[in-house]
Amino acid sequence: MYSEKVMDHFSDPRNVGEIENADGIGEVGNAVCGDIMKIFLKIENDVIVDVKFKTFGCGAAIATSSMATEMIKGKKVSEALELTNKAVIEALDGLPPAKIHCSVLAEEAVKSAIANYYDNNGIKHNINVGCDGHCHSCGKHDA
Amino acid sequence: MEKRFVYADNSATTPVYPEVLEAMMPAFGELYGNPSSLYSKGREAKRIVDASRERIAEVLGCKPTEFFFTSCGTESDNWAIKGAARANVSRGKHLVTTKIEHHAVLHTMRALEKEGFEVTYVSPDKDGIISPESIVAALREDTTLVAVMYANNEIGTIEPIREITEAVKAYDKRILVFTDAVQALGNVKINIHELGVDMLSLSGHKIHAPKGIGGLYIRTGARVHTFVDGGGQERSRRGGTENVAYIAGLAKAIELADKNLADVPRIEKMRDRLVKGIVEKIPYTRVNGTFEHRLAGNVNVAFEFIEGESMLLLLDRAGIASSTGSACSSNSLEPSHVLLSIGVPVEVAHGSLRLSLGRDNTEEDVDYILEVLPGIVQRLRDMSPIYPGK
Repeated sequence: MYSEKVMDHFSDPRNVGEIENADGIGEVGNAVCGDIMKIFLKIENDVIVDVKFKTFGCGAAIATSSMATEMIKGKKVSEALELTNKAVIEALDGLPPAKIHCSVLAEEAVKSAIANYYDNNGIKHNINVGCDGHCHSCGKHDA
Repeated sequence: MEKRFVYADNSATTPVYPEVLEAMMPAFGELYGNPSSLYSKGREAKRIVDASRERIAEVLGCKPTEFFFTSCGTESDNWAIKGAARANVSRGKHLVTTKIEHHAVLHTMRALEKEGFEVTYVSPDKDGIISPESIVAALREDTTLVAVMYANNEIGTIEPIREITEAVKAYDKRILVFTDAVQALGNVKINIHELGVDMLSLSGHKIHAPKGIGGLYIRTGARVHTFVDGGGQERSRRGGTENVAYIAGLAKAIELADKNLADVPRIEKMRDRLVKGIVEKIPYTRVNGTFEHRLAGNVNVAFEFIEGESMLLLLDRAGIASSTGSACSSNSLEPSHVLLSIGVPVEVAHGSLRLSLGRDNTEEDVDYILEVLPGIVQRLRDMSPIYPGK
């Protein structure tokens, strides 16, 4: 059911961990729904120089977290904001239909961490994080 | 320990035993006749079907005319429930079952609700046991059927079917009692007439017969409609040319399962050592279901702060086949209805693991699981944002 890429990123996830004194932290999902993603960003001169994640969730949740962090590492913050769940799915060679919401969560976790970074630095933004931690409030998880 | 393959999902399915396959082979070869044909080739096949039915009836304690072959446990459950419900509408349209039934029963009940039947779903206690009193409390004047599983497929609890049946019959002896014995068969000595139920379903592939064969006991005189209309097979109760080879295989498997009940204490010992080891080695572990009345090989635990599917995948990489009640292993967002019904919090149910041992498992298998599992749980916890740390 999972592609080799998904299994690779699940079995050997990249960027697991936390960043002390992170410049931006984003957490989405909740335990009742069965997945939580937390992303930590280290940002210097508007570039994401380091990123780490912690995820509670299924194989796809871990793999999408891993892939999403790989995709934004070294990128400009504005570029990272462009990351879509579709791009994450493509980079993983696809996800089973029931697991699409994991990629949505990964996109939202990145956005949430960047929004936090902007907030911390007094930068105005209108990032829509999506998941507010309440199941069924977004309607995106009915995959 | 060296990496090994450990099949710890015997409640999902079991390998076909060589003796079973051997019993099936003649019907794949020379004995290819249609049991309904009158000539000798047909009669040979008919003899296999008859002898198989007689052997099964003898082992299970019923009359041969009360046992019908089906394609699987799910078909048997559908037949028993829909057949009984629809045959007794003149008396009422109320059915009683439990919240911990297999989907083959629950979804059949849901289908009947759409037809206008009313269903009461009785809750188990926190240990997963359905009490006779709780069933009786749900009975009404218009109740026609009670369906309670003999043993639960997830948490392994063995239900007091005889006591439930006695209590229901004392309330109103016309109410039919059905039990899904798919998981119990091969774990518990079953004598159907002593048990007192009106219907009992079973499946072959849980007891080392192939997938694609099941059975249903229907007590003589019980009002149950025919489910598959056809050419008069199974005494016109279940149409379709008899699956002769698989029927022979089922009979052999039931015979072996009965003989192998002698192995139950050994499997129980392995199970208890496994549970003890898991609880000792892994903190924040919850054990689900009673240990007083439990399937010999069933272990069901939930580990906090992690999710079951990722655990299952890592166990698979280590060579261990297991099962989980996590939502992510199903196609819905809901974790196991069984775990929720015994009061396991939703977030904990996501981290559940079922290991079901069988008689082919060894002490070395248990050692291996105990060696590998703690590291896998720890690895996922270290990755989890909700893990509070050691």
